[in-house]
Amino acid sequence: MAIGLHDSSFKNPVVRWVDQRLPVFTMIQKEYGTFPTPRNFNYFWNFGALAMINLMIMIATGVFLAMHYTAHVDHAFESVERIMRDVNYGWLIRYAHMNGAHLFFAVVFIHIWRGMYYGSYKAPRELLWILGVVIFLLMMATAFMGYVLPWGQMSFWGATVITNLFSAIPLIGPEIVTYLWGGFSVDNPTLNRFFSLHFLLPFVITGVVFLHVAALHITGSNNPLGIEPKGPQDTLPFHPYYTAKDSVGIVVYLAVFAFLVFFMPNYLGHADNYIPANPLVTPAHIVPEWYFLPFYAILRAVPDKLGGVILMFGAIAVLFVLPWLDTSKVRSMRFRPIARIAFLLWTVNFMVLTWVGAKPAEGHYVLIAQIGTMIYFAYFLVVLPALGRLERPLPLPESIARAVLGPKAQLGGGPVPGGATAQPMEKA
Amino acid sequence: MAETSAPSGAATHSPAGAPAEAVTKRDFLKLTTTAFAVVGVGALAWPFISSLAPGGDVLALASTDVDLAPIAEGQAVTVMWRGKPVFVRHRTAAEIEAAREVQLSALKDPATDEARVQQAPWLVVVGICTHLGCVPLGQRPTDARGDFGGWFCPCHGSHYDTSGRIRRGPAPTNLEVPGYTFTSDSAIRIG
Repeated sequence: MAIGLHDSSFKNPVVRWVDQRLPVFTMIQKEYGTFPTPRNFNYFWNFGALAMINLMIMIATGVFLAMHYTAHVDHAFESVERIMRDVNYGWLIRYAHMNGAHLFFAVVFIHIWRGMYYGSYKAPRELLWILGVVIFLLMMATAFMGYVLPWGQMSFWGATVITNLFSAIPLIGPEIVTYLWGGFSVDNPTLNRFFSLHFLLPFVITGVVFLHVAALHITGSNNPLGIEPKGPQDTLPFHPYYTAKDSVGIVVYLAVFAFLVFFMPNYLGHADNYIPANPLVTPAHIVPEWYFLPFYAILRAVPDKLGGVILMFGAIAVLFVLPWLDTSKVRSMRFRPIARIAFLLWTVNFMVLTWVGAKPAEGHYVLIAQIGTMIYFAYFLVVLPALGRLERPLPLPESIARAVLGPKAQLGGGPVPGGATAQPMEKA
Repeated sequence: MAETSAPSGAATHSPAGAPAEAVTKRDFLKLTTTAFAVVGVGALAWPFISSLAPGGDVLALASTDVDLAPIAEGQAVTVMWRGKPVFVRHRTAAEIEAAREVQLSALKDPATDEARVQQAPWLVVVGICTHLGCVPLGQRPTDARGDFGGWFCPCHGSHYDTSGRIRRGPAPTNLEVPGYTFTSDSAIRIG
C-alpha cells in the first residue's frame, strides 16, 4: 500500500478514478461524513462552522470590493462612495463585508467563550486552542487594517492611535512606528501597505484555520460534559447529524446577517467615518469598533503609556497560557460550582469593559475600567490556578451516552429513535 | 435502513419495478433540497456577477460631443468615446466617390457607403480593428493608409477603404459605426 493507487470504496467511476489517485473523497467522507462526533453537542457547537462560513463570506465580498477600491489617499474615500452609489450591488457587497466583520467577531467571541466555559482548551486540545488564539490575533490585525481603507476620519485617527501604540516600546519604539507608516505620519504609504496586508491576511487566516481544524480532527471535539467519548455509543457520525444541526444555526445566523445588512447597515459603525480623513482635525470622541472596546478599556485604565500597551496585549497573550493556568482536571464548568460562578462574573466583567471602553476616559469611568482590568486578569492569574486545588468538583457522569440517555444506555444505546445509533453500532 | 426503502404507496407508481428502484420520499427531499440550493447559489452569485458590469458612473460618461467645424476637408480627428478611439474623417469628393463605386460583391462584409454615413463628407467609425483590437493607422496624412486609401492595421495587416470597410486582411467585419446624431450642422454627439 505504500506505493500505488489508493484503495477507494467509491462506486461512481469518475469519483473512484480521482479518489484512487488523490483520495480527497475518502478524506471528506472520513472527516465530514463518518467522523465520530460526541452525541451531546448543544447549539454553542455551531459557532465554529458559523465562523468558517463567515470567513468565506468575508473573502468573497472582499475580493469583489478590491476590484473597485483604489488604495490612494486622494481616491480611497471616493472609490468607496463609488462602490456605494455606482457599482451594481456595490452597496450590498460593501454592507455585507462591513457587517460581516462585526458578525465575525460576535461569532468568534461566542466560539471562544464556549471553549472557556466547557474547558475545550485543556489537554489534549492545548495546541488547538493556541491556534485559535492565533486566528483571533490575525483577525484583529485584519479588521483594524480593513477599517483604515475607506480613509474616513475614524480610519485615519484609528490608524494613528493604534500604530502609535508601538511608540511605547522603549528605545526603538519611534523607529518602529516610522517603519509602520513608511513616513512621518499615517499617509499614502501606510494606506498602500495596509491594503496589501488586508488582502493577504485572510488567506493566512484560512491556512491557520486549516491547521485548527486538522488539530481538531486529531483530538476530536470536546462536548458540554467535558468527558471523552468512550465508544461508539457516545458518538454520532458528523453527517447527517451535525451537518443538519449546523445548518439550523447557519439559517438563524444568515437571518441575523440579512437583518443587519438590509435594515441597520450602519448601526454598528461610526458616522464620523463618512467624513473624509483630515490629518489636521481629530474627531472629538475617538472610539474603536465595539469588538476592540474591552481591550481599549484596559489600555486606557493604566495611567502609563508602556504599562497600558503591555496590559492590553497581555489581555490576549494570557489566553495562550490559559491551558496551563487552569489547573483543574475537570473540563466543563457544569461540574465546577465555584469556577462556573467565577467565569460568569468574568463574562459580565468583559461586557462592563466593553461598555466602559466606549465611554470618555475621565471621572469614574477610569475607576470602573481599572477595577474591570483587575478582575479580568485576576480570573486568569489567581482564581483559575487556585480553584484547581481548592474546588471540589461535582461527580462526572460515567459516559456521554449514560448522561444523555439515562440507564437505557447500558443496553448499548439501543432504543433511541430511528437509526440514530444503528450506524455507529454497525461499525463497532 | 427501514426509512429509506420504498413506502407501500410508491409501489403503485411502478407496479413492475423492484422496490429498490421505486421513487422514495427521500429522493423527493433530495431533489427539492438540491433545487433550493441551486436557486440559492444563483441568487447569491447574481449581485457579485452584476458588480462586474459597468457601473452607473461609467454608463453616465457614455456619450461624447465632437465639434466638426475645425476639421478641414481631407483631415481626420480621433476622439475618445467609452475609452475607445473614434475616427471622424472629413472625406474629399474623391474619397466619397471611391467608396461609392465599389461593387458590393467585392466586399468581404457587404455594406453600402450610404448606409455607413449620415452626411456624405463625414465618416464616423470606431477606430478599433475588428480583428484583435489594435488601432489602425491612417488618421495622420503621413500614416500608411493601406491599399484602399482608408486605414491600415499594422498588427496583422488589415486594409480598410475610405468607408472603413474591410477589403483585405484577417479582420472579419467593417470598422464599427457607432450610434451618433448631428446636434447641429457642424456638431455630432456619439453614443
